[in-house]
Amino acid sequence: MIMKHRKVIVSTLLTAFILFMLMAAPAWAASGPGKASTLAWWIWPLVLFVITFVMGIVAVLAGVGGGVLFTPIIGGFFPFNMDFVRAAGLIVALSGSLAAGPGLLKRGMADLRLALPVALIASAAAIAGAMVGLKLPDNITQTALGIAILAIVAIMLVAKKSEYPDVKKSDNLSSILRITGIYHEHSTDQDVNWKIHRTPIGLFSFIFIGFAAGMFGLGAGWANVPVLNLMMGAPLKISVATSKFLLATTDTSAAWVYINKGAVIPMIIVPSVIGIMLGSLIGVKLLAKTKASAIKMTVIVVLGFSGVRSLLKGLAIWP
Amino acid sequence: MGTTETTAAKKAGVQVAATPLVQATEEQLLYAKVLDTAMKIGLAGIIVVFAFYLFGVFEPKIPLADVSKYWGMKSHDYLEATNIKSGWAWTGMYRHGDFLNFFPIAFLAGITVLCYLSIVPTLFKKKDSIYGILALIEVLILVAAASGLISAGGH
Repeated sequence: MIMKHRKVIVSTLLTAFILFMLMAAPAWAASGPGKASTLAWWIWPLVLFVITFVMGIVAVLAGVGGGVLFTPIIGGFFPFNMDFVRAAGLIVALSGSLAAGPGLLKRGMADLRLALPVALIASAAAIAGAMVGLKLPDNITQTALGIAILAIVAIMLVAKKSEYPDVKKSDNLSSILRITGIYHEHSTDQDVNWKIHRTPIGLFSFIFIGFAAGMFGLGAGWANVPVLNLMMGAPLKISVATSKFLLATTDTSAAWVYINKGAVIPMIIVPSVIGIMLGSLIGVKLLAKTKASAIKMTVIVVLGFSGVRSLLKGLAIWP
Repeated sequence: MGTTETTAAKKAGVQVAATPLVQATEEQLLYAKVLDTAMKIGLAGIIVVFAFYLFGVFEPKIPLADVSKYWGMKSHDYLEATNIKSGWAWTGMYRHGDFLNFFPIAFLAGITVLCYLSIVPTLFKKKDSIYGILALIEVLILVAAASGLISAGGH
């Protein structure tokens, strides 16, 4: 009975969220640069807080980072310039990572030895991505974001996951760096020894992932996990946790580029950070009792819709 | 977690379970401890300072009702329209409620530097020079991004 109610609550929240975006978009489009909104000022932080709160719940239930939902949805349906949205997206993603980091590290789920070389490459590339993103005109950024989001949707639909990838032998680089570990798998009550392979190509991939994260303000969990898990052979739980932990480093470097360029409006960033953090806390509590696959499909639909919206906005078909 | 790592955890001031489940290294536990403390300070700070801003404790540079005039602009147009300097100029505008928010935001964006710096001595003490150097390079990258040196230049 309680389970049934939870499902109804979550479904209602999601439906309300999507309908709200659909209905609000045309009204908000009326406000533009240099023109004050006709809504009372306090409505904006309140609406942002409510939406990001729901987003925080959904992100945890669907196993995605907050940034990948935040940037296309807020960028597509709110009257904010993409510069401010991307900066907020990065700060939202890094705050989520900072909050989750201590628990993941202490439990040995996120691995610092695996994360550090990856972080180094991704954070340097994210700086370059952020610089490029800030120089591009809005329509190009929106169009590229739309394409990127639709590609992410495709990755989420087709990418397979491997609980324990078969890594026969560590490659030379990961042996030199001693990237290996043990974690305790509660479901089987066993300690799992893990190692990785294909480290050079895996690290090389993070140049592109970091660049995209910085350019679009997306976080990068959507790409981190497949590379760490499928390409480099880290167990799924280690990949997910290390990816979440990594976001703080990757997104910090890009966030500073946006902060230094003045792309920070506290009225956008702060309610979003608080909303997504509180939503994540509720999401963690609902996680054990909600069917993740149903939520993930809802996220894919919402992301797909946001991707189409960004694409059409960028192409001036749906301004 | 072996005896060495349990001792390491205790040294780092981190509570470990009675039956330790995993082998987290000394530097990883230290990183977690610094991150935990700093993250809580940052999140508390951002909530308190934003409340000051909303309730008008400190007068904002841009009145609350006017913020919506600017958020549709490209960032450099916004800076020009409001006569705000880019870079670290916000540090001199702490009397304004809106710019006071930059302090906790910058703190959150600086936590990772603190965490990496905190583990460097441990890494070198353990003769893990490769990771000590990698951590230092990461600090340099983040500090360069924060300093504005890398992103300097016009639009």
